Amino acid sequence: MPILSHLWIILALPLAGAAINGLFGKRWPQSAVNSVAVGSVSLAFLAVAELVREFSHLAADQIPYVGNYFTWMVAGPFAVDFSLQVDQLTIVMLLTVSFVGMLIHIYSTGYMAHEGGYYRFFSYLNLFMFFMLTLVMAANLIVMFVGWEGVGLCSYLLIGFWFLKKSAADAGKKAFITTRIGDVGFTVGILLVFATFGSISFGDIFAKASGMAVEAQTGVLTAICLLLFTGAIGKSAQLPLYVWLPDAMEGPTPVSALIHAATMVTAGVYMVARMNPLFSRAPVAMLVVAIVGAVTAFYSATIGLVQTDIKKVLAYSTVSQLGYMFLACGVGSYAAGIFHLMTHAFFKGLLFLAAGSVIHAMGGEQDMMKMGGLRTKIPVTYWTMLIATLAIAGIPGFAGFFSKDEILEAAQSGPNAHFWLWLLGVVGAGLTSFYMFRLVFLTFFGAPRYDEHHVHVHESPKNMTVPLVILAFLSIFGGWFAAPRLVGGVDYFERFLAPVFSAYAPPMAEPAVIVAEPHTSPAVTLLHALTGWPVIVAVLGLLVAWWFYIKNTDAPKRLAQSVHALYTLLLNKYYVDEIYAALIVRPLLWISTNVLWHVVDEGLIDGTVNGTASVARQSGGQLRKLQSGNTRSYAAWVVIGAVVFTVLLVVLGIR
Amino acid sequence: MRTVPIEWFLILSAILFGLGVVAFVFKRNVITIFMSIELMLNAVNLAFVAFARAHNQLDGLVFVFFVIVVAAAEAAVGLGIVILLARNRESLNVERMNLLKF
Repeated sequence: MPILSHLWIILALPLAGAAINGLFGKRWPQSAVNSVAVGSVSLAFLAVAELVREFSHLAADQIPYVGNYFTWMVAGPFAVDFSLQVDQLTIVMLLTVSFVGMLIHIYSTGYMAHEGGYYRFFSYLNLFMFFMLTLVMAANLIVMFVGWEGVGLCSYLLIGFWFLKKSAADAGKKAFITTRIGDVGFTVGILLVFATFGSISFGDIFAKASGMAVEAQTGVLTAICLLLFTGAIGKSAQLPLYVWLPDAMEGPTPVSALIHAATMVTAGVYMVARMNPLFSRAPVAMLVVAIVGAVTAFYSATIGLVQTDIKKVLAYSTVSQLGYMFLACGVGSYAAGIFHLMTHAFFKGLLFLAAGSVIHAMGGEQDMMKMGGLRTKIPVTYWTMLIATLAIAGIPGFAGFFSKDEILEAAQSGPNAHFWLWLLGVVGAGLTSFYMFRLVFLTFFGAPRYDEHHVHVHESPKNMTVPLVILAFLSIFGGWFAAPRLVGGVDYFERFLAPVFSAYAPPMAEPAVIVAEPHTSPAVTLLHALTGWPVIVAVLGLLVAWWFYIKNTDAPKRLAQSVHALYTLLLNKYYVDEIYAALIVRPLLWISTNVLWHVVDEGLIDGTVNGTASVARQSGGQLRKLQSGNTRSYAAWVVIGAVVFTVLLVVLGIR
Repeated sequence: MRTVPIEWFLILSAILFGLGVVAFVFKRNVITIFMSIELMLNAVNLAFVAFARAHNQLDGLVFVFFVIVVAAAEAAVGLGIVILLARNRESLNVERMNLLKF
């Protein structure tokens, strides 16, 4: 069991890659940087694959397998070990992260080939892989927090990769600061966990939590869950802290694909799923998670309807899909959330990479209004992007269909189902289908809207198209684990994850009544699944997009004019950035400038420092006059001193 | 046998010391100031010896030897400085030695 007993190897590989490229890559040719970066991540993926093989031989009572490496810090009863663990959930995350990460590394060798700071890019990217793998393998909250903050750091570094561009540097700062707001809650949550359970390791927490009752009203578990969820809101870009993610598109496209679609932003979902024993005992927190998820899913889908920047559409789509994952967790179907996380990593990673390929082909153009008719010119990109679009829209047979269907079904009939949550989800699914096909139609269909003499559209090189094809394959078949469910069979994905979510699940208030379903034949079940509302709205979205952007290409303009107010509202993203600027940023700037800067810093701090100096200078200026340089005056001072001491000693008797 | 009472020694010592102080402050010649320091030291020596005899203890005498040794060393260094000053300034007037500042 070489890897299982040395889990740290999986982490050490990308870390070593980051260190080598960061320290020496500057003088190396691109091929050397490539082999270090791609090599380290590929080895990490192979290690994960080997880990999966070893994991499959573990007995059920050995899971989760915890590897304890060293005691990191001890402060009284507070002890933190550097420990990693492997269970089914970790396996899913590890496979997703390392495989998608590897593909995106390969893709980046093509996409970034003409960029400066090549070694720096790959060093950051490897560092990101290290932190992300730490996050998913952590066996306690503190190690998880290290990964959590580490991916945030790499996100900041990579969004601001072109730091000479002010908008990119600002976007990096915005991402960092916004997620920090959530992390305050996360940190307090961790402290509250320690105060409540006396430990921060998952095993101890869950064992103690399983002895606690489900909180009917709010209580300490609810507080913990809401605080932890605050961190997830920041990291996974949910309402109201989602504003950083669209701006994060300033970073290079592979970064958007890896960090801001496939992996980092899903860390919040992973965390909620990981902490399921606590969340399951805090129904109020669950409801909050579900509501935030559903509202975000719908809300950001509406913004995506009218955006014209190809990456911005995908960014709002990501926010929306993350909302679905939280919705799934919130209604108690963690497995569906993680399932969507995985399929989303495939198809959204692919969408971003394909969009990157489009941008690459267009020579840097991101505005869909200046594209069109690219279908025949870049066929590989077109077909892969079409597959990803079919997947995200939830067209039956593609990965997204299975996962989204499961989420919506859980929202309809799961443990914490609610009609309004389901409705938001279904309407959001229809909007998703519409804006995604709008993107495809605007980009690849119709007449070219760019100057064909100036833009020489070309298909991307092999190292970019091969990852696209692999991800396209996964976007179709990545969801088929759940396929048997459609004919009344077993959902293999859910069954695989079941131990994680049932081991510490609260006992049911009443024995779960298995509703004796009327016996139906597999064909009827399949027919039901394929004609459900999610499928209907997905097809509807497709048709509406087709009608608007292929059939009647002037219809969008007329519609925009007839509902001008709504259109402007959406185009300006509900003015949320402006509202935040007015409510938070500008008051803060005002306080910083007029109070903290001019009063506290210049008045108080500078005043104290300068005052001390000026007292010393003034008194010194007076005292130096005593030191005249005249020997006789010194003699006189000696005598005066002697007299004073004599008087003190003899006359006043002071000793 | 009548002995001289200790008060007399102390009064003499105080007078000598006072003369030394006055000379130390008011004289301008470096050599004179130097001599006034010696005068003060020896006034103290006298007081030490007187106390040693009155209390029949050796401590005071030991101190006296120390003072003599220090005074000898000080005289050696001090006169060296005086000679250098006299060469540089061609004067022994302390009023002209005014660079001991800042």
